[in-house]
Amino acid sequence: MAEATIMVFRGEAHQGGEEKEYTVPVQEGMVVLDALLYIQANYAGDLAVRWNCKAAKCGSCSAEINGKLGLTCKMRMDSLPLEEPVRVYPMKTFPLIKDLVTDVSWNYEIEKRIPPFAPPEGELTMYQEDIDRIQEFRKCIECFLCQNICHVLRTHDRKDSFFGPRYMIKIAELQMHPLDTVDRTELLNGDGGMGFCNITKCCTEVCPENIQITDNAIIPLKERVADRFFDPLLWILRKLAGK
Amino acid sequence: MMEMYETHTHDVIVIGAGGAGLRVAIEVSAQGASVGLVCKSLLGKAHTVMAEGGIAAALANVDAGDDWETHFCDTMRGGKMLNNWRMAQLHAQEAPDRVKELERWGALFDRTKEGRIMQRAFGGHTWKRLCHVGDRTGLEMLRTLQDKGVHSGIDVYMECTITDILKDGDRVAGAMGYWRESGKFVVFPTKAIVLATGGIGKIYKVTSNSWEYTGDGQCLAYSAGAELIDMEAVQFHPTGMIWPPSVKGILVTEAVRGEGGILRNSEGQRFMEKYDPENMELSTRDVVARAIYTEVQEGRGSTHGGAYLDISHKDSEIVKRKLPSMYHQFMDFADIDITKAPMEVFPTTHYIMGGVRVEAETGRSTVPGLFAAGEVAGGMHGSNRLGGNSLSDLLVFGRRAGMGAAEYAKGVDAGSLKIDESQIELNEKELLAPFENTGGQNPYTIHQELQDIMQAYFGVFRTEERLQQGIEELAKLRVKASVLTIEGSRIYNPGWHLCRDLKSMLIVSEAIGRTALLRKESRGAHSRVDYPDSDNENWGKVNTVICKHGDEMKVDTSPLPEMPDELKRLFTEVK
Repeated sequence: MAEATIMVFRGEAHQGGEEKEYTVPVQEGMVVLDALLYIQANYAGDLAVRWNCKAAKCGSCSAEINGKLGLTCKMRMDSLPLEEPVRVYPMKTFPLIKDLVTDVSWNYEIEKRIPPFAPPEGELTMYQEDIDRIQEFRKCIECFLCQNICHVLRTHDRKDSFFGPRYMIKIAELQMHPLDTVDRTELLNGDGGMGFCNITKCCTEVCPENIQITDNAIIPLKERVADRFFDPLLWILRKLAGK
Repeated sequence: MMEMYETHTHDVIVIGAGGAGLRVAIEVSAQGASVGLVCKSLLGKAHTVMAEGGIAAALANVDAGDDWETHFCDTMRGGKMLNNWRMAQLHAQEAPDRVKELERWGALFDRTKEGRIMQRAFGGHTWKRLCHVGDRTGLEMLRTLQDKGVHSGIDVYMECTITDILKDGDRVAGAMGYWRESGKFVVFPTKAIVLATGGIGKIYKVTSNSWEYTGDGQCLAYSAGAELIDMEAVQFHPTGMIWPPSVKGILVTEAVRGEGGILRNSEGQRFMEKYDPENMELSTRDVVARAIYTEVQEGRGSTHGGAYLDISHKDSEIVKRKLPSMYHQFMDFADIDITKAPMEVFPTTHYIMGGVRVEAETGRSTVPGLFAAGEVAGGMHGSNRLGGNSLSDLLVFGRRAGMGAAEYAKGVDAGSLKIDESQIELNEKELLAPFENTGGQNPYTIHQELQDIMQAYFGVFRTEERLQQGIEELAKLRVKASVLTIEGSRIYNPGWHLCRDLKSMLIVSEAIGRTALLRKESRGAHSRVDYPDSDNENWGKVNTVICKHGDEMKVDTSPLPEMPDELKRLFTEVK
């Protein structure tokens, strides 16, 4: 049977870590997560890996494989050059807990800061054509790969001033909801840090659900923010109206 | 001594944060009680995300003839009348309101032309009844509940595993567990506990379930003295993926058949004609699973030993729009374009109908202060669950258990509850033993052996002889598993976590084995080759019951609750 060499980052918070080498048998259709679970069962029972559904639907098993961001349950071994070792690392943007597991709790703190959907009273009537575009955003599996790749968060560590692409599509979904009654543009322009995004589209490229984060969510939101806060004509009108 | 432990005190502790647990916690909070929601994984990752086809509710948006009575009858018939009739009634009556409520909380279901919630056909449902979002309904529901939950003042304890329920006499007084991250123990003093831990699929080798589905709630309830009913009723979903090996068992949604998918054998025959000519592919899951299994056994299997499931005769754009997850799942994992070629499928362990015995109205178990909702609870689905009835079950009984637990907690004086600290110490010693043991078994190896046994002896078809053998194998494995050894520290150590999970899995496996042996008939998902018929006179009138008796597992039966005449009449009336 064919074999592959896997180099897995092993280490704990504040202690650093190093690559460890393992050899695993390769089966047809095998994914990187299969290799990691094989390592767990046969060589290193304490290898920390976060995973759940193993079907690319829960977004738990995000990692950096040969420097590329992806879900380990979706990344097929036969898509990688197996004559070289496969290198598996944890997401860089979030603090390390152990091995491939990082502390992503910051994301949940951001979620709390976004005002939820607020519908009007009575029966809700919506048409498919009005919700098609926001259903795209609802496909998000919260793998946080977009947060991980975003250079505002990854390179500049501005978690204090930018919510990140995941929460841009969350806000877009609510702002574009045909029945929602709350305005979140001020949040976007303020705490949300919309201005930090310079639309490099890295987030869109790594999304395992192929959500067009930049084109369909961030750019339209930027337009709304611009209309609201930076349109000179509207600014004069608002001044005249005393608002 | 309590000062030694990190403690978090609440009126109600909910264990599990899937659809049921979140709905429970939202309700407890709405009732004004303090609630802690504890889950093994991160929030939003629970197995509910894997539910695909839809949520069953008699909204009558597409088929005007639908009503709760028809939904009730479909559910009872699907469960082969073993269901708790009151649960099935409440479920059918309340599901529409729960769906509308979900929509008010932000769920975006697919729409009809009139702008209402779209509904699709599913196995065993008389009318088009399943509200859905393509084939990712579970994700939509879980995310909606998550959003609602985080804005409802719920304290969430993520990646925390509850290992033991702590009692004061007969009553619940708290729970203890460990943080996965640090391995440190934590105690939750509480007046009431709601179990919402889901199912048991990981005891089988081929399953659609995630690693979390290790029977924790069933085991916690059993250990606390609660009764489990109908544990033999394990649902094998007819259509799991079979190739390549890496994805064996992953669910292929029933919505494929709901949208017109056809099952064929290697001879090209549409074999459901033989098994259920009236309903064909949309027969109930027990029937379709047995049909596929039988076709393969009799030598008419597909290339990799399953059946062909074909949707390629439908317009490819419609397939991609209605079944986007399936399209990508087969494209990404099996290199198959389902708009052009058939899928290969075989039954996969999917769901357990049996579980903690609860009171229909409140979710109360037989232990004071202990409640259960969702898959971990028994009774609602009888011996076979209809597709789509699980998501509605989570909402209807999640809400009810939340109300039940909050109400119970109001009547308990927190000061009167005492936690026995020696019990905590004992549990702690047991949990840490694998670090101390030398020369014990590798928990991963034991888990694989368990899965092999369950797959071989307790599968789709069962016989007395095989069940007996399986029970003996399980007994041997329990002895072997009594001394486990692991490596590493307490920090995020999956090997150590598996040791505790194995304890739950072994208890649940034994319960399934014992009740499967006891029920000498075939009913729903429980198919006995040696007793191929249903025995309505005897077995049709009882639940099987498991409870802890000292250190022994006691197996018994108890009479089904008697259905009132006005509901009985629904089954004879021609509609």
